[in-house]
Amino acid sequence: MRVMIQRRAIAVAVVAGLFGASASAATTITVAAFPALDAAVKAAIPLYKKTHPDVEIKLVSLAYGDHHVAMTTSLATGANLPDVMAIEVGFIGKFSESGGLEDLNKPPYNAGQYKDKFARFTEPQATSASGGLAAIPTDIGPGTLLYRKDLMDKAGITEADLTKSWESYIESGKKLKAATGAYLVASAADIKDIYIRSGLKDGEGIYFDKAGKSVVDSPRFVKAFELAKAAHVAGVDGKIGAWTNEWSEGFKRGQIGTQMMGAWLAGHLSTWLAPNTKGAWRAAQLPNGAFASWGGSFYAIPSKAAHKPEAWEFIKFLTLDKNMQIEAFRKLDAFPALIEAQNDPFIDQPIDFLGGQKARQLWKVAAEKIPAIDVDKYDSIAQEIVNAELEKVLEQNKDIPKALADAKALIERRARRR
Amino acid sequence: MSITRSGAAAPAKSRRRLQPWEWAPYVFISPFFILFLCFGLFPLLFSVWLSFHTWDAATGLGGMHWVGIENYTFVLGDEWFQKSLYNTFWLALASGLPQHLVAIPLAFFAHTYLAKWRNTVVGIYFLPFITSSVAIALVFNSLFSRDFGVVNLALTTIGNFDVAGVHPFAWLFPTTNIDWGQPQYTKSMIAFLVFWRYVGWNTVLYLSALQTIPHDLYEAATIDGASRRQQFWYITLPLLKPMMFFAVTLTIIGNLQLFEEPFIITGGTGGLDQAGKTAAMHMYNTAFVDSDFGTASAVAWILFVLIAVLTTVNNKLFAHKD
Repeated sequence: MRVMIQRRAIAVAVVAGLFGASASAATTITVAAFPALDAAVKAAIPLYKKTHPDVEIKLVSLAYGDHHVAMTTSLATGANLPDVMAIEVGFIGKFSESGGLEDLNKPPYNAGQYKDKFARFTEPQATSASGGLAAIPTDIGPGTLLYRKDLMDKAGITEADLTKSWESYIESGKKLKAATGAYLVASAADIKDIYIRSGLKDGEGIYFDKAGKSVVDSPRFVKAFELAKAAHVAGVDGKIGAWTNEWSEGFKRGQIGTQMMGAWLAGHLSTWLAPNTKGAWRAAQLPNGAFASWGGSFYAIPSKAAHKPEAWEFIKFLTLDKNMQIEAFRKLDAFPALIEAQNDPFIDQPIDFLGGQKARQLWKVAAEKIPAIDVDKYDSIAQEIVNAELEKVLEQNKDIPKALADAKALIERRARRR
Repeated sequence: MSITRSGAAAPAKSRRRLQPWEWAPYVFISPFFILFLCFGLFPLLFSVWLSFHTWDAATGLGGMHWVGIENYTFVLGDEWFQKSLYNTFWLALASGLPQHLVAIPLAFFAHTYLAKWRNTVVGIYFLPFITSSVAIALVFNSLFSRDFGVVNLALTTIGNFDVAGVHPFAWLFPTTNIDWGQPQYTKSMIAFLVFWRYVGWNTVLYLSALQTIPHDLYEAATIDGASRRQQFWYITLPLLKPMMFFAVTLTIIGNLQLFEEPFIITGGTGGLDQAGKTAAMHMYNTAFVDSDFGTASAVAWILFVLIAVLTTVNNKLFAHKD
């Protein structure tokens, strides 16, 4: 009997404990993200708890690739879905078409009212073919040309030489190679990547047109391939793939003179790629007046998420709160998608790594000029095929029109179920 | 417990509770069946079902559409699949064959001559097998780095070896750094890595088989005047045959499923011109990069049939004379 009473007491205590806990924290929302975006979420949690003490936030962070695979399987099975899902721009096309995410244009979200608050090219990226808005942008990657000022000075090259035209850019590369031995670009594919993104108008896609037809044999691609080949023939490319050992060593040892990429690269360079080159780098706009976007991240709410209203509140805090956006900018060089944050005095601060240059102003200009490119769910496949054909052009001297025709045939074959 | 008694108590018997010793065995055996059903049988059947559908996983289960055998016809006519299959066979041969050609003599040598040091030597050979393939592939990546790798440094040092202005080794060794990422080198590099990794495993297999061969056979052969070489050819090799069958089967299956090493070495892309892309990598990419799970399932089953056929052929080859 005594044992019975004790058991009952324990049961009562446990139940009371559960209720007590649930009273103090009504809901726990799960946020799934990847590095380095998770740092922005981590920074946001304590600030958010000040105004929302009743919400617990659990952050689940996986490596970039693993995160998106895990999200794909979660969407497939409806199991283990987070309440807030971070999506990198490379996957946004695929995920927004999936139908597994909430349409944020619809009530109760009505995100359409915030449209003008974000860099204008982000909205089409997260909009599905049927017009639903699948995600809210948090950071963007305005394209920039980072170059080694010290090496250029040595070779007598000015910034105007680099940015005037693609031809003058490649010419400068020859001078640079002769004077310092450094390569102009890590890979000739970098030039191709910029060129196929430049000169696009709002609503146009990189690899596909509105009707979903592949456009990889258009003059834009021909010229991009020709420029890449010209750089390769001139010997100014290092044949180094991005994110490899060679790449980071190349930066550390001053073997790579310029790198065109998202503005966030300056942050990567200063923190881990080549911190010893501090002060030697400068930023410029892309050559030939090109403006392009490199990366960017979004937050979405899965349709089967358990706590959608709380998730939406948190997303608004992450993306619409100016201070939060500035904080992420400061911490991980994530260029804010929120225009209000782009107008903050933080933009005007000099960057030590870039020799005190006020480069953020430059990137802001770029962000304003980037066209609102249409994304397609087959973009990643098309990109892989185009890169493979470029390799053949560069390494095996394949004829450019033939390579692009082959690429087009391959893309249409693989995108057979449009 | 008499028959009459149980007959009389018939109505009560139907209400009789199952005794623990009657249901307990099923409870104890159930974890296997539950796990097998969830993680073995169900995925297997689902994959068969899936291979006749289109499915972009991100759309959820409602996004499946029946397409019949279209996935299979697409895969069989697919240039990329054929290329990945060619790479797989190339790698299987180039890394698998030397494994056995080296492992058998090595095991024989260790067994015959290395009395005291045998376990140490075998342990060293076995080490790569138990090391994480991710770590190994990363180390290989830096060893074979074009500009900063030790391999290139060693090769070009020999190639540029200078004797009074003459380079005596320049005809055999490179004088400039080799770009190991180029298609013509990628496969050899992966094959070497796979060979190095599994040769120790095979040596251990053969060594264990050698230890079962009766010592009297060798003694009798020695008395008859047979040399070590003759003993190897006429005693060791024939008696190793069952183990050779087993080891070669493992190699065939393992190499046709080759994934981790080429995946990490080529950063998941298969390298330039897909030179290092294996069939298993192609399957992974089709599913998780292209989001085409139906086609990926078809690739999986085609691969399954191929492995089954090759294992049968291997079975026939080895079983023939026994």
